[in-house]
Amino acid sequence: MSKRHFVNFLSHVKMNVDRVNEIVNGKVLFVSDPFLLYTSAFASDLMSDVLRYYMENTLLITGLCTLQAVRTAEISNISCIIFARGKRVSNDMLQLAKEYNIAIIESGLTMFEISGRLYQNGLKPIVD
Amino acid sequence: MKIEYHIEGGNFSAAGSASSEIKKILKQFNISPFLLRRIAVALYESEMNVVAHAYRGIMRVEIQPSGIRVVVEDEGPGIEDIEKAMEEGFSTATEEVRQMGFGAGMGLPNIKKNSDEMRLVSSPGEGTRLAFSVNF
Repeated sequence: MSKRHFVNFLSHVKMNVDRVNEIVNGKVLFVSDPFLLYTSAFASDLMSDVLRYYMENTLLITGLCTLQAVRTAEISNISCIIFARGKRVSNDMLQLAKEYNIAIIESGLTMFEISGRLYQNGLKPIVD
Repeated sequence: MKIEYHIEGGNFSAAGSASSEIKKILKQFNISPFLLRRIAVALYESEMNVVAHAYRGIMRVEIQPSGIRVVVEDEGPGIEDIEKAMEEGFSTATEEVRQMGFGAGMGLPNIKKNSDEMRLVSSPGEGTRLAFSVNF
């Protein structure tokens, strides 16, 4: 594949929750729609920054393991959260995620490594 | 259509539930996802402000064919310097608020960014009144 074709191929990468989970070596706690495809990801522990950007088909990678991470995702139209650094999702958070149809993945990797792996596999950053 | 929500200061586990309810109601109308998100973000940040800084507050939402108008009034310490509060990065939030992923001084600028009109008045020691609207 030529470099140009390869770049073109990367720009159209879409992946479902299972594929994302495989890449980040995680554990899926809840999935609402296994066929939903993601094209980009955003990593932040600051929820106000999550709220600053317009996101569609985007995953949230965060180490902030609170109810607010789930609520922020819902407000931002984010339908999948990866909790990094081995954070454990509480029952309350999981219940809320189910109510909002937000897929939940736990991963023992750091935000840096999760981001790096997903970027390498073709997910795109959010552009303001 | 008019809706009213009571917001309890300091109740972080309920914070955002009012905004989420309103978002659900708005979904029934034919509003673009882009606009829906703008409104939801402005509502959520204003609800978080009451939870984070005030004792209690009321969020009044009026939905009209031309747009949505929101007024959030709280009883609380108020804002000493509104100009300063509107600056990105300025915050008086507690450690607890910061641990929830907020309190980085982005809330009010986020509300301004996501609304078409915003008005903020405050009486220090009494409370704050925030009004904003988003046109459909």
